[in-house]
Amino acid sequence: MLKDIAFIFGTTFMYATPLLYGALGGVFSENSGVVNIGIEGMMTIGAFSGAASTFILLELYGNALWVPWAGFLIAGLAGCFLALLHAIACITFRADQVVSGIAINFLGPGLAMFLGGRIFGGSGTTPTIPLEAKLIRPFDTILKGKPLLGMMLNQYISVYIVFSLVGISWYILYKTKFGIRLRAVGEHPKAADTLGINVYQMRYIAVLISGFLSGLGGASLSMAIIANFRPTLVSGQGFIALAAMIFGKWKPQGAMWACLLFGVTTALQIYLGSPAVGLKISTHLLSMIPYIITLIVLMGFVGKSSGPAANGIPYEKGKR
Amino acid sequence: MKQKIINETFLFTILAIVMGLLVGAVVIFISGYNPIEAYGLMIKGIFSKPKYIARTIIRATPLILTGLSVAFAFRTGLFNIGAEGQFIIGALTAALLGYFIQLPMILHVPIVFLGSVFIASLWGAMAGYMKAKFGVHEVIATIMLNWIALYTSNYIISLEKVKMPGSESSYDIQETARMSIDWFKGIVGASTKVNFGMVIAVLASILIYYILFKTTLGYELRAVGYNKDAAEYGGIHIKRNIIVSMSIAGALAGAAGAVHVMGVSYRASTLAAMEGYGFNGIAVSLIGNNSPFGVVLSSFLFGGITYGGANMQLLGIPTEVINIVIGSIVFFVAAYRIFQWITIFFNHEKPQKEDR
Repeated sequence: MLKDIAFIFGTTFMYATPLLYGALGGVFSENSGVVNIGIEGMMTIGAFSGAASTFILLELYGNALWVPWAGFLIAGLAGCFLALLHAIACITFRADQVVSGIAINFLGPGLAMFLGGRIFGGSGTTPTIPLEAKLIRPFDTILKGKPLLGMMLNQYISVYIVFSLVGISWYILYKTKFGIRLRAVGEHPKAADTLGINVYQMRYIAVLISGFLSGLGGASLSMAIIANFRPTLVSGQGFIALAAMIFGKWKPQGAMWACLLFGVTTALQIYLGSPAVGLKISTHLLSMIPYIITLIVLMGFVGKSSGPAANGIPYEKGKR
Repeated sequence: MKQKIINETFLFTILAIVMGLLVGAVVIFISGYNPIEAYGLMIKGIFSKPKYIARTIIRATPLILTGLSVAFAFRTGLFNIGAEGQFIIGALTAALLGYFIQLPMILHVPIVFLGSVFIASLWGAMAGYMKAKFGVHEVIATIMLNWIALYTSNYIISLEKVKMPGSESSYDIQETARMSIDWFKGIVGASTKVNFGMVIAVLASILIYYILFKTTLGYELRAVGYNKDAAEYGGIHIKRNIIVSMSIAGALAGAAGAVHVMGVSYRASTLAAMEGYGFNGIAVSLIGNNSPFGVVLSSFLFGGITYGGANMQLLGIPTEVINIVIGSIVFFVAAYRIFQWITIFFNHEKPQKEDR
C-alpha cells in the first residue's frame, strides 16, 4: 500500500514537470500581454536540441560532468530562438499572436525533425544518450537503499529546478520591480508606457523567458524521462501546458496546481493500468482519465477565468 | 474601399507564400541540396500526371472541411483547436454506421454521412456548452476533448465486434456506404480513390459563406465574434450562439472525418497520436484569412505542398522541410506588416496606419 502511494507520488512529479516548464513559460509571456500558443513548438525544439547536443558533446568531449548541463542550456536557448521569432512577429510587427503561435508550432517540429534527419539520418529520432549523461538525480547516493523514499524523491534535477522556479517566478512577478512592470505592460500597456516603461522591451524579455522555459521543458522530457528525442515525444504536452496555465489563472502557483492535477491523474492511470493492480479495464479508457478529470474539475470548481487585460492585443505606441 | 482591403490581404498572402517557399529554399540550400531541383520535383509531384493531380485534390478535401470548421469558429470569436477530435468522432461514426447498417446505396451514403456529421456536431457542441454554461475556456475544453475523442475511438475500435482480426483497424465499411467516383478511376487508376468529398467540401464552403454573411444567424454569430459585449447589449443571446457556433464547427470537422472514411480509408484505425487534420485545418484557415473561399484555395496550396513535397525525398531531403515551409508561410501571414515595412524602406514613405 505504502509502496503504491510512493509510486503514485513519484510519478506525479515526473509527469507534471515538463508541463510545468511550459506553463510557467506561458505565465511570463501572457502576463506581459503576448499570447503564446507556440509552447508546443518551443518544447519540441528544446527536446530535440537538448538530446541532440548532449549526444554530440559526448562524442566530442567524452563523458564530462558539464555535458548534460550544456545540453539543458542549449535546449533553453533553442526555445529562445523560436520565441524570438514569435516576439518579432507579435511585438515589432503587431501580428496576430495566435497565428504566429501556430506558425511556431509548425516550425518547431519541422526544424527538429529536419535537423534530426540531416544529422542522424532516419526519421528524426536522435540516438539514445547513455545513462550517465542524462540529467543528474541529485539525491541518488543519499536515497540509495531507501526504496520508498527513493520512489518518491529520487527525481531528476529538472524536477527540483522547475518546482523552485514556481517560487522564484512568483517572487519575480509579484515582488520585484521587474515583475510588476511586466504585469503592468500586460494589463494596461498605455499607462505603463506613460510611466516610462518600455513596453516593447518588457514584452520581448517576457517572450524570451517563455521560450527558454519551454525549451527546458522539452529537455526535461528528452534528457530525463527518456533519453532521446523522437517525433512523437512532445505530442500535445505543450497544449496541455497551455491549458494548465489558463486553468491556473495565469499565475505560477495556479499553473503548478494544474500541472500537479494532471500529473496525479496520469500517475493514477499508469498505476491502475499496471499488471500489479490487475484491473481488467481497457488501457484506452484509462488513458482518458486525466483529460476527463481535468474537464470535471474545470466545470465544477474553477469557473470563469480571464487573463491579463491586454493579453493578445499588440501595442502600438501613440495609438489611442 | 472594401475592395482595396480585400486585394491587399490577398497580395500579402501571396507574398507570404513566396516568402515561405524562399525560406524553404534557403534551408534546402544550406543543407546541401539544389532548391530549384527540389521544388521542381515538388511541382512534378503535383502536376506531372492526372493521378497526382487527383491525389492532391483528395489530400486537400478533408483540409477544406477542417479549415472551414476553424474559420467558422474564428469568425464567431471562438478558437476551435478541437477540429482534430471532431474529425476523429466523425470518422469513427462513419466507420461504425458504414459497417453495421445494411441499406441500398441511395440511402446508406446519406445516412452514414449525416449521422457522422450529427454526432460530431454534438461533440463540438459539448465544448460550446462547457464554455457557455461553466465558463470553461474553449481552448482547454477542445484540447481535452481531442484526447478523449482519440481514446474513445481507440477503445471502440478495440472491441471484438468492431476490430478486424489481425489489424489495428475497424472492419471495412460496406460497398454501399462508399462515395467513390468509379468512372473516374479509368483515368487515374484504381488505387487513386477519387470521391465525392471535394464536391461536398466546396458545397460546404458555399453554405458556410451563405450562413455567415447572408443569414440572421450568421450576422448574430459574427456580431458576437466582433464584440461580445456590444452584441449582448444589442439583445443577442451569447450563450446560445456559442453552442450553435461550436456545433456547426464540429459538424464541419466531422464531415471531414466522414469523407475521409467514406471516400479514402473505408475504415477507422487505432491512433497512437493525433493525425493532424484538425491542426492543419488551423493553418489552412489562417492562410485563407478565415474566409470560406480563402480556405478552399489554401487547402489546395496545403494539399499540393504536402503531397508534391513528399517527392523531394527522391533527392534525400527530409520531408520535414514541408513543415518549415508551411510554418514560414503562416509566420509571414501573421507578420504581414514586414512587407509594409519593406516597401516603406524602399519608398521612404510614411507608414500606413490602416489595419487590414
